[in-house]
Amino acid sequence: MTELTGWGRYPRHPSETLSPQSPTAFPSLMASRTGLVARGNGRAYGDAAIGERVTLIARGLDRIRAFDQATGRIHVEAGVLLSDLLDVVVPKGFFPPVVPGTKFVTIGGMIASDVHGKNHHRDGGFGDHVESLTLALPDGGVVTCSRDEKPELLSATIGGMGLTGTILDATFRLRPIETGWMRQTISVARDLDGAIHALQTTSNATYSVAWIDCLARGASLGRSLIFAAEHATRQDLDALRPGAEPYPLSKLGRLGVPLDLPSFTLNRLPVLAFNELYFRAGAVKSGYPFVVHWNPYFFPLDGIGNWNRIYGRRGFLQYQCVIPTVQAQAALGGILERIAKHGNASFLAVLKQLGPSHGDLSFPLEGFTLTLDLPVSDDVFPLLDELDRLVVEAGGRLYLAKDARQSPATFEAGYPGLPRFRDLRRAIGATGRISSRLSARLGI
Amino acid sequence: MEPSKTLLLVGGTSDIGRATALDYAQAGWQVQLAARNEEEARRNADDIRARTGAEVTVHRLDILESGTFDSFLDGLPTLPDTVVCVVGELGDQVKGQTDITHASLVLRTNFEGPSLLLGLFAERFLARGSGTLVGVSSVAGDRGRGPNYLYGAAKAGFTAFLSGLRNRLAPKGLRVVTVKPGFVRTQMTSGMKLPPVLTAEPGEVGRAIFTAAEKSSRDVIYVRPIWRPVMMAVGSIPERFFKRLRL
Repeated sequence: MTELTGWGRYPRHPSETLSPQSPTAFPSLMASRTGLVARGNGRAYGDAAIGERVTLIARGLDRIRAFDQATGRIHVEAGVLLSDLLDVVVPKGFFPPVVPGTKFVTIGGMIASDVHGKNHHRDGGFGDHVESLTLALPDGGVVTCSRDEKPELLSATIGGMGLTGTILDATFRLRPIETGWMRQTISVARDLDGAIHALQTTSNATYSVAWIDCLARGASLGRSLIFAAEHATRQDLDALRPGAEPYPLSKLGRLGVPLDLPSFTLNRLPVLAFNELYFRAGAVKSGYPFVVHWNPYFFPLDGIGNWNRIYGRRGFLQYQCVIPTVQAQAALGGILERIAKHGNASFLAVLKQLGPSHGDLSFPLEGFTLTLDLPVSDDVFPLLDELDRLVVEAGGRLYLAKDARQSPATFEAGYPGLPRFRDLRRAIGATGRISSRLSARLGI
Repeated sequence: MEPSKTLLLVGGTSDIGRATALDYAQAGWQVQLAARNEEEARRNADDIRARTGAEVTVHRLDILESGTFDSFLDGLPTLPDTVVCVVGELGDQVKGQTDITHASLVLRTNFEGPSLLLGLFAERFLARGSGTLVGVSSVAGDRGRGPNYLYGAAKAGFTAFLSGLRNRLAPKGLRVVTVKPGFVRTQMTSGMKLPPVLTAEPGEVGRAIFTAAEKSSRDVIYVRPIWRPVMMAVGSIPERFFKRLRL
């Protein structure tokens, strides 16, 4: 038995862990054990990748099986890390169609969470780009799913949090890039209304995201920096950063948080200073395009190893909701007000525009998603319950890959695809056999 | 650019084998992977090909079936420039003390098979006039210890074989390299508690092998240099004390 947690280090649950080193080892394990779920690199924040009894760690499935540089099509085993993939494909002029905010995730995890990136409004989620995948089913069978073959199993598996089986491998297409640099423009939004408007007007940009200063209140509530970006062309690079290496390698993070910091390190004052600095530094460059390296652009926090420890031993909760466009301003305003009043502010608050998604349990819907981190404390749970009520009233929902505490009622209200998902689980014999702490908590 | 050279990696499904073959492929070599389990070897072959664009082939070989070695050599698409043998089986010392089938498996996998195979390649390399042989032996072969002397004795035999072969081939300009990795974090050692300072990652071993075999003229390497003084110290303890130690 091992005590497992997600990236947020809350909650902690004991589980037996197994680390099969070959895809051929999965089917018999799946058929002979119950209460199991697959785990990639453990970057889901809450309890999604902790098996009720057994956790199958899929990191041994780390082979790239084929890479066609003529078409950009790549076939990888599910335990390949995105960081590893990037190191292979960026120097060859390719980039994954969708990347989440950390590169330390496995491809299997990216599919199971149907992760979105800063380009969701244009390109959809990672799952939308999966051409086919191989799934080890609870009865020990192994099937291939694609748009043509078992499409209903594919839609359930994309965003299905590993609850339809264990993803063994997948095929998808990479996008060609002229350089490994990003051409970025930063603008300032004075308040939430401005931020939402700015994201809408920059929605022709491939990548866009807003960083919200959570501590701004009153008339400045929701003041933000809007980051819009494109993959830089050779021409951009020559103009803005002449002489730069066109496909720079990722650099390993120098900083690290080796120990648990006491949780008072993140009290109001330093966070206030951080946000102020961030806001000022961004505002200085405002309006002028400049180029940044792909690694810090997409994965700013990956430069600080184990940053999750900054919140201390009790861990933290990442709260990520999405609100349909029409309701977004009112509901998000209400959420930000309560967060500001709560005071134990988020280190990180991110606002993004999302488009529709296609997995039965995929998180994105047309609207705006807000992400905040909160250290675990006794008074944070009632606060988040209150935020849940605002989300449900506005027709929104919470991201399962981040969740550690929502109620079954909140979950059911947000996910209309749930009955279909449950039916499919029953049909393939997954109910009761494939179960994570998350699925048990939410009654999936 | 010179025409690309060819590596034969024997033990192509092991973590060290995978890492070593990848290093050679990244340096522009063609790779032949030999392994008992072809399906698993194919995973590694695909991976190396996808990452490097190198030409990688898979060849079935069971190190215990020495009768097949000649036809294995004949079946290779080209005679390789370098052969690296990473085959190894830690086995179960306690089991081997009473179960001689198991003991024999450990001895043959670590000593007999690798030695016979590299010996055959040595003859072909002599005939051609070039080639490098690399054997992954072990620090366990430097001195027999109670907890692993079956494995240690087999590796000691392999070390001696490589040393003798080197002595014979050196005047002809052929190289034989002995690699002693020390502890390595691999499938073979998963679950063991290993001292971090003395424990290498498979990638480290791969780089050390490539450097030793292709970029230097060294004969015997410890992957982590700290092992050399450690084993020198272990080796210098008089037997009458050593026999009472629990190392």
